[in-house]
Amino acid sequence: MITYIIRRLLYAVPLLVAVNVLTFVLFFVVNSPDDMARMQLGQKHVTEQAIQNWKHQHGYDLPLLWNDPQAGAQKLTETIFYQKSAKLFLFDFGISDSGRNIGSDIRQRMWPSLALALPSLLVGLLVNITLALLVVFFRETYVELGAGVICVTLMSISPLFYIIGGQFFIGKLLNLVPISGFGDGFDAWRFLLLPVAISVVAGIGSGVRWYRTLFLEEVEKDYVRTARAKGLSETQALFKHVLQNAMIPILTGVVVVLPLLFMGSLIMESFFSIPGLGSYTIDAINRQDFAIVRSMVFLGSVLYIVGLLLTDISYTLVDPRVRLN
Amino acid sequence: MVVLWTDALIYLLVATGTVMIWSLSRQRALRRPLRQLARNPIAMVSLTVLVCFALLGLADSIHFRDDGNNVISLLDVACHAMRDSTEKTYSAPFATHLYARETIILADGSTRWDFPRLQHGGAHLTDPESQWAGDVFYKSLGAFLRGAGLMAMIGFLAWADGHEQRRRFLRSPSAKAVFACLCIIVSVTYTLFALSAHYHVLGTDKVGEDVFYQALKSIRTGLVIGLLTTLVMLPLAIVFGIMAGFFKGWVDDIIQFIYTTLNSIPSVLLIAASILMVQVYMANHPDDFDNVLVRADIRLLFLCLILGVTSWTGLCRLLRAETLKLREMEYVQAAQALGVTPATTLFRHILPNVMHIVLISVVLDFSSLVLAEAVLSYINIGVDPTTYSWGNMINSARLEMAREPVVWWSLTAAFVFMFALVLAANLFADAVRDAFDPRRADNTANIAR
Repeated sequence: MITYIIRRLLYAVPLLVAVNVLTFVLFFVVNSPDDMARMQLGQKHVTEQAIQNWKHQHGYDLPLLWNDPQAGAQKLTETIFYQKSAKLFLFDFGISDSGRNIGSDIRQRMWPSLALALPSLLVGLLVNITLALLVVFFRETYVELGAGVICVTLMSISPLFYIIGGQFFIGKLLNLVPISGFGDGFDAWRFLLLPVAISVVAGIGSGVRWYRTLFLEEVEKDYVRTARAKGLSETQALFKHVLQNAMIPILTGVVVVLPLLFMGSLIMESFFSIPGLGSYTIDAINRQDFAIVRSMVFLGSVLYIVGLLLTDISYTLVDPRVRLN
Repeated sequence: MVVLWTDALIYLLVATGTVMIWSLSRQRALRRPLRQLARNPIAMVSLTVLVCFALLGLADSIHFRDDGNNVISLLDVACHAMRDSTEKTYSAPFATHLYARETIILADGSTRWDFPRLQHGGAHLTDPESQWAGDVFYKSLGAFLRGAGLMAMIGFLAWADGHEQRRRFLRSPSAKAVFACLCIIVSVTYTLFALSAHYHVLGTDKVGEDVFYQALKSIRTGLVIGLLTTLVMLPLAIVFGIMAGFFKGWVDDIIQFIYTTLNSIPSVLLIAASILMVQVYMANHPDDFDNVLVRADIRLLFLCLILGVTSWTGLCRLLRAETLKLREMEYVQAAQALGVTPATTLFRHILPNVMHIVLISVVLDFSSLVLAEAVLSYINIGVDPTTYSWGNMINSARLEMAREPVVWWSLTAAFVFMFALVLAANLFADAVRDAFDPRRADNTANIAR
């Protein structure tokens, strides 16, 4: 087990290097720092001196990969690749283009993101599984047909409309919760109520359908038939046997997204102006702050790879048949 | 005639699609699923809706220059009444007056603070208060009856058809459902088009542009995103997926490495980064992109490209798993034992047997891509702000919900059009999956029958 984890961690290194090189190429080779400077300073009437100043301020006035005039190891370290990309491996995100410390920003903004994403995930899971079990319980009746129709309809609505509609009807017309904003500490729950509810409702369509197929696969298996044959009621068979065995794919599916919850949800956070990482990213994109976007790409990849690793480990924990080697 | 990049690719797509459908329908093994699909009324109705959308999109993809040297499309010509009749600012659907009050100078020189009349919407009415309801009613009834009459005539001709085989075909539930659906679409579209010569049927937006026209123009953008992305994604997914599964070993390792790397980058951020790069590139090379239309078109094309790059991994993984299974099958082993080259084995024995997965995933991805466009446009990393798209419509309309009285028509129009397209695509995708996926239970029942 330990050796497996170590090997997987080692396998993650080339992946992260590849991600890093890809972002490096995307951000520095396709468009030179000169282009970025011109973009930030405005297209027209930019003097060469202003560009040089901007590059110097943000540390972009170095060669890309190889600094010949320097001596020894500095030939490698005094380059953009080392300064801007390689340092990400140490989780040293550096300074954003507007001069803020990205690392402390991330640490601070992670928690509002989590406060929104974790309840959304858990409540969504509970609602989806309950509804899917109900649908499976009433299978081959009109209830299932109706549920299928409702699911497809819900799936076909853009998430943007759930948000706009929810804000309009619940926030503005009924005045039940504040439309947007965020509070300190536990005061924040009032602001989180609506976004959590909306993300749960928006996910019902695809979620229920997905869990339904999982349950339906289990429900026809021999052991469930045996359970029914020995006199278990349908409810008992569903909860005792089907749910328990379907838990394996459900759990592993949840584990893979757990680390990514830190990244927050882009549209939710920006619509409800929650100061999380999602809105941070959107702001960076809109301000064209390349340093932040680069850091978030790297952070996202790390979290994804952690998620994959956790999935594999959780397989062995919930399913004793799986052996890692 | 002016051919934009996306236009050219759409023509290519139509050509490949036609060839694909032709070759698919000739394959023996696919006749049963195709027949099952044709027997499913829901599938056929949703296909009809999709085809109608596609026709509108195609009409919008044939560009040429008009007298004023503007590049316009065939759809623009059909919608010239809506395109030309812009108002000052917001106006509600079927309104005769503007949304906001302003100072009106009367004939005798005095001023009044009131809602001014629209320049085009209901301009033919002398006394809007008394005539409006009757005019709208009679105009829509007349147009609807004309549209419905046309369809009734076609229906009558079909009913009177004496040919035995055609009769049986026309009596099938699918044909009836498609006909009913076409009746509704044709009459409603005819009504809307006829009315839009006199009114703004879906109102006007902030700068006074007809919302119905915007929604119609957005169809092309939605279709381009949904379809061109597949054109980018398919070659990558098929080539890499089959090669990884077939050759195994180091080829497999490299391909797995590539798609895990791409997968691990959050796709929204990758898209954002690439779009930012394109923006920087275009800003620094203004000479190559002098025309607004060309700029918007290149950005749309690039968006499809990058969406394709981020979305091929899922299909690639499916194809790899399927090929791994197929290459151990007896017939493939036999082919290899008989000395068939790997290339021939791939083309003759593996590729045709994974096509159903490709087909299912293309149809399934379409709706999610259309929805993704709206979200991306909202974050400003989608299509160009000057391109007509549902995402842009929502984006510019979301603050209008806070106005008093609420400006609801832009959002509603985008909602209805998007919902119709995505719902049809979802229903069709379900039917395709049911018909083509060999694991679905009712397939075996059909074989036994």
